[in-house]
Amino acid sequence: MTVYSNPGTEGSLITFDSRYDHYIGGEWVPPAKGRYFENVTPVTGQAFCEIARGTAEDIESALDAAHAAAPAWGRTTPAERAATLLRIADRMEENLEKLAVAESWDNGKAVRETLGADLPLAVDHLRYYAGAIRAQEGRLSQIDEDTVAYHFHEPLGVVGQIIPWNFPLLMAVWKLAPALAAGNAVVLKPAEQTPASIMVLMQLVGDLLPPGVLNVVNGFGAEAGKPLASNKRIRKIAFTGETTTGRLIMQYASENLIPITLELGGKSPNIFFEDVMARDDAYWDKAQEGFTMFALNQGEVCTCPSRALVQESIAGDFLDAVVERTKRIVQGNPLDTETMMGAQASNDQLEKIMSYLDIGRQEGAEVLTGGGRLELDGDLAGGFYVEPTIFRGDNSMRVFQEEIFGPVVSVATFADYDDAMCIANDTLYGLGAGVWSRDGNVAYRAGRQIQAGRVWVNNYHSYPAHAAFGGYKSSGVGRETHLMMLDHYQQTKNLLVSYSEDAQGFF
Amino acid sequence: MDDAAPAALESRPAIEGERDSRVALTPAAVELLRLLWDLHGPLMFHQSGGCCDGSSPMCFSAGEFRTGGSDVLLGVFDLDDDAGARLGEIEFWMSREQFEYWRHTHLTVDVVQGRGSGFSLEAPEGKRFLVRSRLIG
Repeated sequence: MTVYSNPGTEGSLITFDSRYDHYIGGEWVPPAKGRYFENVTPVTGQAFCEIARGTAEDIESALDAAHAAAPAWGRTTPAERAATLLRIADRMEENLEKLAVAESWDNGKAVRETLGADLPLAVDHLRYYAGAIRAQEGRLSQIDEDTVAYHFHEPLGVVGQIIPWNFPLLMAVWKLAPALAAGNAVVLKPAEQTPASIMVLMQLVGDLLPPGVLNVVNGFGAEAGKPLASNKRIRKIAFTGETTTGRLIMQYASENLIPITLELGGKSPNIFFEDVMARDDAYWDKAQEGFTMFALNQGEVCTCPSRALVQESIAGDFLDAVVERTKRIVQGNPLDTETMMGAQASNDQLEKIMSYLDIGRQEGAEVLTGGGRLELDGDLAGGFYVEPTIFRGDNSMRVFQEEIFGPVVSVATFADYDDAMCIANDTLYGLGAGVWSRDGNVAYRAGRQIQAGRVWVNNYHSYPAHAAFGGYKSSGVGRETHLMMLDHYQQTKNLLVSYSEDAQGFF
Repeated sequence: MDDAAPAALESRPAIEGERDSRVALTPAAVELLRLLWDLHGPLMFHQSGGCCDGSSPMCFSAGEFRTGGSDVLLGVFDLDDDAGARLGEIEFWMSREQFEYWRHTHLTVDVVQGRGSGFSLEAPEGKRFLVRSRLIG
């Protein structure tokens, strides 16, 4: 057991600067308008640093730097770019604890997760794309005996990326690693709720990239996000967030005729067939953990298994077991490695979760455990903590249909396989899903029938780099992770070459 | 609904055949909208769904977000300034498919302290619009 010291106090691995400027062209650049905003840690609710409040002028400066850097970066060899990604990965790994504590402080999540998931996954994604770009090759088609179509991969040029606050470093790396591997220069805007940890990362790794290849501009969506997303000088925009902003970004992209990737959340079903309880064994234990995954990252995950569908024949015993399992979740200081669930990322996030706990009760959903705000003592009294909550109700209720983005799962029962599929697909979203059964045939068929981009079978919340991630329906456009992600950051150049001396015969 | 969020302004119904308001503003929401109107001009709302900052009302300059046949206009607010002079209309929109899951609830737009909200205009003020809901009927 370890309890990390609060940043800035004696013995802490990280002391944040009092103020962070933008990172543009390899330098720290004050915001053009000279304004900053306070950054609050959800752990205590107290402000701990100031962040540059970027505007269109700063976005233009970053785009100038990116455009200056992009041609040379795009001409580097895959081996050079791979080596750069590997050096970034190594630097992150050497500073893993420091970054993990910084991330927990900025976001509120338990350090157990940043140490065990966020940072190791970020490091691995960089290494994965370092390997993927080395192994990628173009294709050629023999059109006829003397005509060959060559297909080359070329970088898009300068791309924009808007990062969410739920996994600030990991989501940044998910987007950066393929973009940089493919030879693009990037202007990245972190979320205004979690703007600090990425700046700590830039202080650590900025020297490993040529100036201008990666530029970070902080600020609010309306003031910095919009000038980036609507800019004519980007060749692609990637966004993770919610549906209205996703549509707005798509509208801007349509004006500039550029491609997008959008990851817009979900209401993922986690389906438990009756045979999960057939034996009291390791698998049944794993299935209970699979249910409890709704509390991972305080439920602030786009793929949170926030709808649990349980076969009626086992509902009573199943719910007794998972309620007990949920009650064993340890909450408290996020910097304590024994803590399983930390703070929600912001006050407004906390308020939104509370509003859903309210409408859930109004609609008649039964609270099986939790259901309220958690008040902690001492420094943590001002933090944003919520009890893990299990509702039982039916799929028409709003707590079954809307992404709460908190540690809240809504449980409904189903009669048989067809009923399960009907409920599972009765949603606007299609990002993730879980299927739990000892019968491989049932699990396979369910996995194929659920309209979602990622279906976990007999596991949940695993995010390996070499598996594609993305949404069906209103959950988004495009994919992230997996080497197919490189396609989202590359043009296809076709060189159609004739090796014949003979005229074509038209004129 | 929370006791702390009484409605100050109900919307005019905009769905054909409906006579009751579906959306309201709290006094804090009215006050914040007056400030935003002063800063940005005419305004609109589109209710978001999904990830991160989702399931929240997004406030944009009027016309910034293009609505279409896939959206429903839930109501229109007539906003006055604090002296009672008319400022103008604020439309409240939601995607049609989302409305099918929400139509049995009345929404009250409130304000909480917060940070960040997609491209919604209130974030730089350190505030966040929030929807509180109650069952209709």
